[in-house]
This record gives sequence, structure tokens and C-alpha cells, in this order.
Amino acid sequence: MISANLSAIFYLISGVLFILALRGLSSPDTSRKGNYFGIAGMIIAIIVTFLSVGNFSTSLVYVVIFLLIGGAVGAFIAFRIPMTAMPELVAGFHSLVGLAAVFVAIAAFLNPEAFNLGVAGGIKLASLIEMSIGAAVGAITFSGSIIAFLKLRGIMSGSPITFGGQHFLNLILGIGIFILIYYLCISQSANIFWTVIMISFFVGVLLIIPIGGADMPVVISMLNSYSGWAAAGIGFTLENTALIITGALVGSSGAILSYIMCKAMNRSFISVILGGFGADSSSSNKKEKKDQKPVKSGNAEDAAFLMKNASSVIIVPGYGMAVAQAQHALREMVDKLKKNDIKVTYAIHPVAGRMPGHMNVLLAEANVPYDEVFELEDINNDFANSDVAFVIGANDVTNPVAKTDPKSPIFGMPVLDVEKCKSVLFVKRSLSPGYAGIDNELFYKDNTLMLFADAKKMTEDIVKNLD
Amino acid sequence: MEIDPFIFRLSIFILSIFIGYYVVWSVTPSLHTPLMSVTNAISSVIIVGAIIAALAGSSDSVFGGSSIFGFLAIVLAAINIFGGFLVTQRMLQMYKKKKDKKK
Repeated sequence: MISANLSAIFYLISGVLFILALRGLSSPDTSRKGNYFGIAGMIIAIIVTFLSVGNFSTSLVYVVIFLLIGGAVGAFIAFRIPMTAMPELVAGFHSLVGLAAVFVAIAAFLNPEAFNLGVAGGIKLASLIEMSIGAAVGAITFSGSIIAFLKLRGIMSGSPITFGGQHFLNLILGIGIFILIYYLCISQSANIFWTVIMISFFVGVLLIIPIGGADMPVVISMLNSYSGWAAAGIGFTLENTALIITGALVGSSGAILSYIMCKAMNRSFISVILGGFGADSSSSNKKEKKDQKPVKSGNAEDAAFLMKNASSVIIVPGYGMAVAQAQHALREMVDKLKKNDIKVTYAIHPVAGRMPGHMNVLLAEANVPYDEVFELEDINNDFANSDVAFVIGANDVTNPVAKTDPKSPIFGMPVLDVEKCKSVLFVKRSLSPGYAGIDNELFYKDNTLMLFADAKKMTEDIVKNLD
Repeated sequence: MEIDPFIFRLSIFILSIFIGYYVVWSVTPSLHTPLMSVTNAISSVIIVGAIIAALAGSSDSVFGGSSIFGFLAIVLAAINIFGGFLVTQRMLQMYKKKKDKKK
């Protein structure tokens, strides 16, 4: 058994290693090293915990067995999961962190002696507050992530579920949790503790159901943040530095990602949380006559011809590419173009896909070198000097309406200036509007050629026609 | 007057939020997905609480009382730790520069 001071120092070291793990992600070159730092920090934390408890009884054997069972399941998932399924995987993992936080809080509440928090029924006031907050946030993270997972997986419809008085109910339940925690502190009653957890599970569900599928990048980041705060709450209860540092890191990381995502959609965080976006169709009524406007559509042959005669092509991928699993075919197409000395780059909008950085991972999976992939602000000026923009599976993020029509719901959202290219190839299954429910003016521009097909099928056909 | 140890923990917490703020802003946007999966993995350091809870059981009732919750939390956190770090590693392996593949 090692002293409490020594183990505290080791926990601090593992906290520092976690900071370095995140620091490594500032560039793909250093990121792999960063991941090793993270793993090292985790190993130190686990070993120190074993040593500081110093209970080498039969329990220890079972702990190791359970650890390995979980580890095997985790490893199995990590190797099998396709990259297109990353958003739901991350949502699923968040739910596990949340539930683990709830379980640890329950264990601490039932057996405070093991954690030096006083005796059952006489838990230290500060610890009681910390553990109930940790449990409540953990429970919200758990049930919220489950809903997010179901929506991303397509098991549950991605359209927002709203009902009258929803926000009022959430507010009441939120206040209710705080009142119950107050009474819990006075009475130390186990029943109140269970009630807090139950209500929190319920709140998590209510929080996520009104949020539409396309706002998922914000939801995932937000739940990431919650899982951090839950960990930090438990960290305070356990008086564990590693957990406090990690919780703060993860909490702020998720918060920053939510902020970046909201900004990229020009929406306030509050309006995303309140949800219901994409559900109302009032704005689309007057657009109906616009649908009569002529659209130029073409086939793979036309597209191949256009690109072959271009000197620079910018590819704009979106969620549709992920759905169609078209990234490998796309890569093949780009290779052919490069052989003809055509300059090809990729332009990625921050909210393309269902989670932050989703498109980058898919392109990396298809062996696209990361130095050919550019973010919105780095590439937006290049559209004017390029010959062809190849939009595959993206829609709203290219809509010029965001710059021209103040009445549009997406007005002010930063968009890719695709229309400035000499010609635009737009791969899409139909003319239907994107999730925002607004028509894309780009479809009707003179220099736009619509390619109506499944993204993967169309790309493969273009590849054939490039020979 | 003595300072409550809680204040020290609070200081660590607040300072860590600031560290997190600056470190995360310096993460390149193309690595935002690995960022989420690695934060997921490290937040599972909550396993330390789970281990303490699980080891609290006596040798004749290993799963008795509160320790069963500890064991359940160990499984959940372990899925996350292994799954999170490995899937991050798998993703990061795919990020390659241009010259790596040109030959």
C-alpha cells in the first residue's frame, strides 16, 4: 500500500499526460505520440489505484477479470467499427461514461467508508453535493447519449420530437433536481438520491428528442462536454486529481466543439438546445414556384468531360458521401484526375457530416493525404480561380442564399463559395431540399450541372468515363 | 486560518478548464473526431472510482452491497478505455501526408 501523498502525485502525473495527449492533436504528426501519452496516463492511474487500496484479496482477481472483459469488448468494437459509424460509436461511448459515473456515485453513496467520505447516513455535506451532481449529470449524459445513438443509427427517426410545454417541463424538472439535492443534504435519504437519478435519466431523454438529425454535431459535442463534467463531479467526490483534471479538460473540449459547430451554422447554442429546427415548413411555402425554374442535369460522361478539361478541381464532400460510402470511389476518381495533371483539393465545411471532423476521417480512411484537405476559411477564396467544384453529398453548406437572402433561416451561416467556380457539378439524388428545408439556389445557376444519382454509383461511373 | 482542501481541488479544476480551453483551440479541425474519441477514453479514468468501490467488498462477499456497482462500472469504463484509445489509434494511423504514399 502506498501513501496517499505518493498516489496523489501519480494521479497528477497521469493528469499531465492527459493534457499532453490532447496537445498532441494539434497536428497529425504529433497525434499518435499524444495518444500514447494518454494510454500511459491511464495505465499509471489504474496501477496506482490498485496499490493505494492495497486489498489483494479475491476481489482483486475479479476486478482484473471484469477489466479484461470490458477491455475485450471495447477492443472488438474498436477494430470492427466502420469509419462511417464513428458518430454513433462516440455517442455510445459517451453513454457508457455517463452510466459509469452514475454507478460510481451510487457505490459511494451506499458505502462512503470505502471512499473516506464519512459513514452511511452521515456523509460529509460537500461530498454528498458533489456525488449527487456527478450522478445527475452522468444520468443525463447516459440517457441523452442513448437517444443520440438511436437517432444516428437510424433506429429512431432523426426528425425532432416536440410537444407543448416541453421546455417548461424541462425547466421544472431541472429545478426539481436542485430542490431534491437540497433535501438530500438535509435528510441523507436514499430514496431522494434514487429519485434524483431517475429524474435525471428522464431529463436526458427530454433534452435530446427535440433536436433534429442535422444538429447532431452540436449534440455529440455537448454530450462530450457533459460526460466531462460528470467525471469532474465524481473527481471532487473521490478527491482525485486525475479525475478532476480530466473532467475539466473533457468538459471544456466538448464546450469548445459545441461552440465551433454552432458558429459554423450561425445558430445560437440556446436555439439548438430548444430544438425543433427543420420541423417547421412555413418558410418553404413561398419557394414552391421557384421549383419550376429550369435545372440543367447531366450524366457521368458530361461530368468526366468537364473535369478532364479542367486544370483545377475542388471537391466538396458532405453527409451524403458518408451515407453512400463513396469516399473510396471518390479517391479513385481523384487519382485519375491527378494523372492528367489536374490540381485537386478538398474543401470541408465545419458542420459537414454528423460530428466534428467526420469528413476528414472518412477521407483519411480513403487514403487522401491530409495536406490536400482544407477547411472553409483556408480554401474559400480559391473557388473563384478554379474550374470545377464537385459537390458530393453536401447541400446547405453550399447554398448562396446564406449570403444574399436575409429572410432565409440560414442567412449569415458561413458557406463555401462554390458558385464562384467556372462550373459546378452537384451530385444529389433528387432536387429535394436539405435538412434546413430550404431550396438551394445553386441548383438553378447557369454554371451548375446536376448529376442525379447515388453518390457512390455516380462517382464510379465518372471513373469509368475518365479512361 | 487553514484553507479547506476543497479550495485546492477547486483551483486545480478551474486551472484545468483554462488549460483545456487553450489546448483544445489549438487542435486542428481535421482531428476533431479523434479529439472526441480520445477525450472519451480519458474521461473513463473514472475507473479509479469503480476499482475502489469494487475492492471494498470483503473476501466472503465479493459482489456484496455496493461493490457490484463498482464491478459494473469497471466493465463500462474498460469498454471505453480500450475502445476509445484503440479506435483513436486506428483513426490516427490513417492520417498520412502526401509523400508517404507517393512511391
